[in-house]
Amino acid sequence: MADNFLLEIVTPYRKLLSKEVEELTAPGAEGEFGVLSGHTPFLTVLKPGELSFKKGSELGHIAVSRGYAEVLPDKTTILVDSAEFAEEIDLEASKELLSKSEEALKRLNQDDPEYSSTAASYDMAEARLRVKEKQRG
Amino acid sequence: MPSLKDIKRRIKSVKNTQQITKAMKMVSAAKLKRAQDEIVAARPYAEKMLGLIASLASKTSPDSHPLLASTGGNKVAVLLYTSDRGLCGGFNTQLLRITERFLREHSGSELSLYLIGKRGTEYFKRRGIKTLKARAIGSGRPNYSSAVEIANDVISAYLKGELDEVHIIYSRFQSALTQIPVSQRLLPISTPKAAETKEEADQGEFLFEPTEGAVLASLLPKYVEVQAFRALLETSASEHGARMTAMDSASKNAAEMIGALTLKYNRLRQAAITKELMEIIGGAEALKG
Repeated sequence: MADNFLLEIVTPYRKLLSKEVEELTAPGAEGEFGVLSGHTPFLTVLKPGELSFKKGSELGHIAVSRGYAEVLPDKTTILVDSAEFAEEIDLEASKELLSKSEEALKRLNQDDPEYSSTAASYDMAEARLRVKEKQRG
Repeated sequence: MPSLKDIKRRIKSVKNTQQITKAMKMVSAAKLKRAQDEIVAARPYAEKMLGLIASLASKTSPDSHPLLASTGGNKVAVLLYTSDRGLCGGFNTQLLRITERFLREHSGSELSLYLIGKRGTEYFKRRGIKTLKARAIGSGRPNYSSAVEIANDVISAYLKGELDEVHIIYSRFQSALTQIPVSQRLLPISTPKAAETKEEADQGEFLFEPTEGAVLASLLPKYVEVQAFRALLETSASEHGARMTAMDSASKNAAEMIGALTLKYNRLRQAAITKELMEIIGGAEALKG
């Protein structure tokens, strides 16, 4: 039985989650990373994507936007602009956002100031869809 | 001397006003409740963010990022939050007064204003102070994305060297009865207190990904956003609080006025009846004799 640690997810609008979990996987800017209890203190930038945690047989998936993760041995804090559980995701709206931002990306140049924000909304939409998919099993 | 009809008309008009003030009070009370909840909901995020910045800033030198370093220039901008609508007592007056004081104290600097809320915009329309931008708070819930816009405007002007210092003036929400106008320096970001940072340092060295500098560089603009958002929330809660109080006393005043007018009306009516009676009796007496 692995030890638990506290996972907190906060956004400017609300505290989404505060829960003891065993294992966490989060989308770091430099690649996905996993956290177990007793992790070295660690601070990273997150990119939009899918965050999942595990406790026993219970699995949770959350779509998160750009943000930060602060990992301490007994506690991990995720600070993001927005985060959504699968139940809160609007499938149609996400699909629309995905296709819209995909088209916008084709038109835009890498150097465009809009490029990075559009790419972020593309990633976010994709993450939402993935999370939604998982929920349906 | 107003006639009976005049007084009746006034009573009716005061009653109408009272109805409006009562309704506004109710609406403000409901909005205040929501705004308060939003402040509470936003607090954990802001606190975490401050904690992160504090622990990071203590490890890096102030020159490591342009948003931390003071440029020493004298181009000062004020980010002023007011409400869009009036009828909220001394709320906007208080904010404008503290702004005026700030402007007087910094009269040696090159001043400019960034106005949020129509009331402030109207007030400064003809004051001859450079306005960077004016925008309305907008109806509905305070929006994080508008805070992001504000922060981006300010940060880009600051990084371009168009501004050397940015101060923020907003109303801190204490309770429904008290709102305190405050002015704070937003940029350059002052490194938070040492006490907090010590505690963090005990927890051992942090690993940073990608690098310390890169994390800090992406965190600092976020900090400005969070501050702008918090000011937005606090100001909007304060506005509703102030309006609720103002409308409450307006309703009370209206009730008092109605009381006084009703008394006057009744007296006048009684006087008229008495007068009529006297006339009838007088007439009857005259016929008898």
